[in-house]
Amino acid sequence: MAELTALTIAEARDALARGDCSARELAEAHIAAIEAARDLNAFVVETPERALADADASDRRRAAGAAGAMDGVPVAIKDLFCTEGVRTTACSHILDGFVPPYESTVTARLRASGAVMLGKTNMDEFAMGSSNETSHYGPVRNPWHRRGDNRPMAPGGSSGGSAAAVAAKLCLGATGTDTGGSIRQPASFCGIVGMKPTYGRCSRWGIVAFASSLDQAGPMTRTVRDAAIMLGAMAGFDPKDSTSADLPVPDFEAALGRGVKGMRIGIPKEYRVDGMDPDIAALWDRGAAWLKEAGAELVEVSLPRTKYALPAYYIIAPAEASSNLSRYDGMRYGLRVEGRTPAEMYENTRAAGFGAEVRRRILIGSYVLSAGYYDAYYLKAQKVRTLIAGEFAAAFERCDAILTPTAPNAAFALGEMIDDPIAMYLNDVLTVPASLAGLPGISVPAGLNADGLPLGLQVLAPAFEDETVFRVAEVLEQAAGFELAPRGAG
Amino acid sequence: MSVDKSTVARIAQLARIRVPEEELDGLAGELDKILGWIEQLDEVDTDGVAPMTSNAEGMTLRWRRDEVTDGDRRDDILANAPEAQDGHFVVPRVVE
Repeated sequence: MAELTALTIAEARDALARGDCSARELAEAHIAAIEAARDLNAFVVETPERALADADASDRRRAAGAAGAMDGVPVAIKDLFCTEGVRTTACSHILDGFVPPYESTVTARLRASGAVMLGKTNMDEFAMGSSNETSHYGPVRNPWHRRGDNRPMAPGGSSGGSAAAVAAKLCLGATGTDTGGSIRQPASFCGIVGMKPTYGRCSRWGIVAFASSLDQAGPMTRTVRDAAIMLGAMAGFDPKDSTSADLPVPDFEAALGRGVKGMRIGIPKEYRVDGMDPDIAALWDRGAAWLKEAGAELVEVSLPRTKYALPAYYIIAPAEASSNLSRYDGMRYGLRVEGRTPAEMYENTRAAGFGAEVRRRILIGSYVLSAGYYDAYYLKAQKVRTLIAGEFAAAFERCDAILTPTAPNAAFALGEMIDDPIAMYLNDVLTVPASLAGLPGISVPAGLNADGLPLGLQVLAPAFEDETVFRVAEVLEQAAGFELAPRGAG
Repeated sequence: MSVDKSTVARIAQLARIRVPEEELDGLAGELDKILGWIEQLDEVDTDGVAPMTSNAEGMTLRWRRDEVTDGDRRDDILANAPEAQDGHFVVPRVVE
């Protein structure tokens, strides 16, 4: 049997079922791997005792013949998910020391399926960032490096710790959240699979809110099959989230193996954006050819307002964030910086507690919602959002799924982009449109660029056709034969 | 439109974030650049287009009975308070 940390979730599930290894052995192997890779800064809280207790309970369940879908599988949890009794700060100073007295629905479901929690992963503060550099706990290091260059690379963001942990084999899977690309872009940067399901598939209850009309949880894994297995354990209707979809959870794994023969794959010409890495454009063409060889029909589709998705997002997301983050006032939990009056306490606490990017977005959000600017900015952006969603709907009349690159560039070095907010925002130019429309999207590792860094391809489908996304992604995965072999890992 | 120092000060006050005087100019420049980039949306004709407020459009809000489903957890909630006393949050005096 392969080394325990090198297993996929599907392989671990089978190994556990056969009795080739125990959940405890799996947990111990991963705890050791995490300790040996602390220089990556992928975890902000390690929970080894909890992992071992979870694993022992899992082994007992299995012995009693009551093992769940993810029983004994060690996973990492993005620090945006509230975990009962385990510190949750969204990697912000303002939530210093916050220990939730409740568990998010998604993590509760994972627990109920038997998953073992290894710890909480690092992320951009409040999920605002594309490089993991806005974390209060410092940046994560991508386990990959540019060929012949030992500068530390960004893992992408905001789910950078989860992506790095999966890529460096510190866990078999990790939860992420995606508001504008925060699962898919780091998955692309780290050479792993990242799935943002349809908005409404996974409950938002107990996930620290960033932009509620966009936030969606999803799995980050090393294979498409693993993502299907893990999403099955995360998804499902939750009456505690008013936008949770009251639909049965399909057997995502059963969608695999069906191929793409006869499917129509849309190629949107507007995604060939200015400044796209030529290696990415070439990989996109290759991906389209793989699907064609597998029996799909390629269809050119047009999403003419693609370039307006990102500026619309940078109104909508900060506007929602400025409202969601108004709760951090130093009164009831987290950081408190004294003041003579409550107003002074709010202002002092929020000045000290929020980092530069979060402050910038709260200010933009407050501005676009303020009297006199609401119509010009916020309402305008919501109308553009309608148009973008409509363009996808029209495109899906001509195709079953859409293929694009995940990001216009590969991973960059830490520090390389942090001083230019707009350049950083452009990382999400290809992922944001589907977020605005609430569509499911996956990033599949499909090749390397000239520097030896991983590149992902993105598959999109109509809302609640997550199975189509998995089906197409699996064909790309098989054709790409991508090898997850980060240089200089650990 | 351009964002100046006094606008930043006003927004920061609305957002209840103290911004030191010496940071106002820098922030004004940053926000002005971002909002300038955002203003490319003006090129899009949105006449007669309805605003999209949610990805859950078409979904009707569910009704539920107005009853307590969780509660009696005062001590759990106060456990995270920066300062608590006698079952209450302690905050600065509001009325002198």
